[in-house]
Amino acid sequence: MSLRIDQDHSRFRNIVRGRIRQNLRKYISNGELLGRQGKDIVSIPIPHIDIPKLRFGDKQQGGVAQGDGDPGDPLSGSPQEGDGDGKQAGDQAGDHPLEVELTLDELADILGEELALPNIENKGKNAIVDKKDRYIGVRNVGPNSLRHFKRTFRSALRRQIALGTYDPKHPVIIPTREDMRYKSWKTEEEPVANAVIIYMMDVSGSMGDEQKEIVRIESFWIDTWLRKQYKGIETRFIIHDAAAREVDRDTFFRTRESGGTMISSAYRLAADIVERDYPSSEWNIYPFHFSDGDNWSVDDTLLCVDILKKLLLPASNVFCYGQVDSPYGSGQFIKDLKEHFSGDEQLITSEINDRDAIVESIREFLGKGK
Amino acid sequence: MAQFALKTALPNYLRDEQRRIEEFAQDVGLDFFPTIFEVLSYDQMNEVAAYGGFPTRYPHWRWGMEYERLSKSHEYGLSKIYELVINNNPSIAYLLEGNSIVDQKLVMAHVYAHVDFFKNNFCFRMTSQGRDPKSGADVRKWIDAMANHGAIVRKWANRIGIETVEQFIDACLSLENLIDPQKPFLPKESTPSTSEEEEPPETPEVPLLRVDREYMESFINPEEFVESQKQKLVDEAAQAQRFPPEPERDVLGFLLETAPLQRWERECLAVIRAEAYYFLPQMQTKIMNEGWASYWHSRLMTENICDASEIVDYADRCASVLATTPGQLNPYKLGIELFRHIEDRWNKGQFGKEWDDCDDWGLKRHWDRRTGLGREKIFEVRSLYNDVTFIDEYLTEDFVADQKLYSFGYNQRNDRWEIESRTFQDVKSQLLTSLTNAGNPIISVVDANHQNRTELLLEHRHQGADLRLDWAKEVVKALSRIWSRPVEIHTIVDEKPTALRYDGNDHSQRSL
Repeated sequence: MSLRIDQDHSRFRNIVRGRIRQNLRKYISNGELLGRQGKDIVSIPIPHIDIPKLRFGDKQQGGVAQGDGDPGDPLSGSPQEGDGDGKQAGDQAGDHPLEVELTLDELADILGEELALPNIENKGKNAIVDKKDRYIGVRNVGPNSLRHFKRTFRSALRRQIALGTYDPKHPVIIPTREDMRYKSWKTEEEPVANAVIIYMMDVSGSMGDEQKEIVRIESFWIDTWLRKQYKGIETRFIIHDAAAREVDRDTFFRTRESGGTMISSAYRLAADIVERDYPSSEWNIYPFHFSDGDNWSVDDTLLCVDILKKLLLPASNVFCYGQVDSPYGSGQFIKDLKEHFSGDEQLITSEINDRDAIVESIREFLGKGK
Repeated sequence: MAQFALKTALPNYLRDEQRRIEEFAQDVGLDFFPTIFEVLSYDQMNEVAAYGGFPTRYPHWRWGMEYERLSKSHEYGLSKIYELVINNNPSIAYLLEGNSIVDQKLVMAHVYAHVDFFKNNFCFRMTSQGRDPKSGADVRKWIDAMANHGAIVRKWANRIGIETVEQFIDACLSLENLIDPQKPFLPKESTPSTSEEEEPPETPEVPLLRVDREYMESFINPEEFVESQKQKLVDEAAQAQRFPPEPERDVLGFLLETAPLQRWERECLAVIRAEAYYFLPQMQTKIMNEGWASYWHSRLMTENICDASEIVDYADRCASVLATTPGQLNPYKLGIELFRHIEDRWNKGQFGKEWDDCDDWGLKRHWDRRTGLGREKIFEVRSLYNDVTFIDEYLTEDFVADQKLYSFGYNQRNDRWEIESRTFQDVKSQLLTSLTNAGNPIISVVDANHQNRTELLLEHRHQGADLRLDWAKEVVKALSRIWSRPVEIHTIVDEKPTALRYDGNDHSQRSL
């Protein structure tokens, strides 16, 4: 039954969505959402939408209560305005922080609307399909392994009642051949998930916790958006200092290493992964690289450019390089990339100076719709 | 509600209980409107509760917000609504489907006492819509009234657009608590006849005392005195010219009558005001109302309704209703104890001059005149008092000590909430302060033509606690939305007289 409240409720949800849009920047840079709840749901704390009224200030007014304790003793619970156990048709709302649950899809929608992100054009690789069997009904013939027990007995019972041979006191049901029911299936074709994100991050000594946090937040949002665009996206993680290795998600965000930086090692590993697992004719490939822009040597930078030109760029939809500002790094790498790839739309660079710059950076990376 | 009608009627076993309980309630002297019980599933209950008991109310997002909050806390097992009862004639009460039979009985007993309170307490008289000419019964068709309000708002939302109407309603709701609790009891003001042309005030004549001998003139009517009297009359004349002539606490009513509103705005504002006055008595009598209902459910359940197998379940439930938490006043607990205290005193004759004059502690302790007036007294109290007068008159020193009442406040130095005092005077004055004007600041319109520029001036009668500033600014803005001209409110911030102003574009704050 549809309740009348549904209208008011959806109205409220819309207002909340508006709120979220207004505050999106804040939510994004706070990184509060990363604690995912459940599978695809995040809960976003939003301030209770209060209707402002003339009221007394919070801590100006005391009150009266009952119980033990001497003057000067602290109250064990902080006083809260509440409606007790809500016995009466009161109109005072309790003082609970409001949390709104959104699916990641909805969140991606809001992100897309707010940043005006275009939908991504698939590289025309929909040709690959996967076949999947789904049980959709019953039929009269089939293999015994698919016999539908309940339906079989139900039709047998129906027949026996109709014939008058069913005796409730002696309930014996004997299905005959005509009563047999079997599950039937249909083969459906589904486009195969065909996108992969390869995250690379510099974990050398110059990348501090704050830098990593920025990378963490930004990659969460990139993930959310791309997941919205492609079904069942794959992600791979590479960390590097002077040498690169592939790690799982958790390690990616937690590891703190020290030592020098050879970016080429990560690019080479990424190129290997692409070549081995993701033939570029079938996959949409998104490498993202985050670093503080401090590379070991000019030679290594040239090597990077070489790998990019020959291997990674031809295979990828776009290659994104995000440079996080750090007090130690020289920040030279982004300048080198810009110099070598000026005018190449396939390589996008972005400088992320602080948390507030994350939103802009997402827009730069994903704003081209590739 | 028609949508529920078929499904929500009481099942037989509950109907039998209801008849039994109704009889018990009548026998002990409770006097209630006919009461209709309906059983709701939890989501229907959450819906009805979100609407404050009226499923046909005007559309607004905050009901949706409330619904979400209630459903969430129900799903997570944080709270459960056992019962809802509506002040209406006939009264409607909702029971939650699936509650145990003991709970349902308790709720029914509780409800009958609430309805008795609705019908008899003087504060609720203002929710009466008149008398039925035939039967003389009290007409309270609030379910219809609320549905009509809903229809009005829906109509305008359809014509003008939900956004516009909703924004206006949000502004009105910011002013919802600016009403005058005494207004419903004042005689209706005769509308000043506008036809009479007001004469321009002449220099007023000061009535002089009769002087028989001329040389006494300057002694009997000294010049300074005559001058000061003249000035006084001029001031009074100026005061009479002011609008409103007296500070007006019914801010909503004042705006309704004088603000330059379009028809739809006027109708929506009238809806908000009517509902604010409807809910006011429930806030003025929270302690009494819940105390009264708890007193009676406790008596009826233990003396009449429960059998031996149910009494433990009942006691368990009742204890959780009456439980106290630090820093939070439980109106159920305070109310029931105070009613019991009053009953006990009047049963033993612990009142009157002789009792008050007695200084002998020992004598007072065993004072029992066997007057047996307790029952009669509490019925009288439930009719003639609201929370403020109830506490003011019947809270005694013994009671405060017995019930371990204390006052608490925020200690700036320790940055925490602390117990402040257990003395009778402190507790009582703190309690009365927080109950006065149902916990709202006292605000009046003092001048509708402030600085001769048709600006609206309001005044906050400061009684020790400052206003919450960020909200106050929003309220001033909402006021100026309705008044269409700059609005100013005079209050005190950090012990300095301050004016908060919104001129249609910007907020400003200045010391006075």
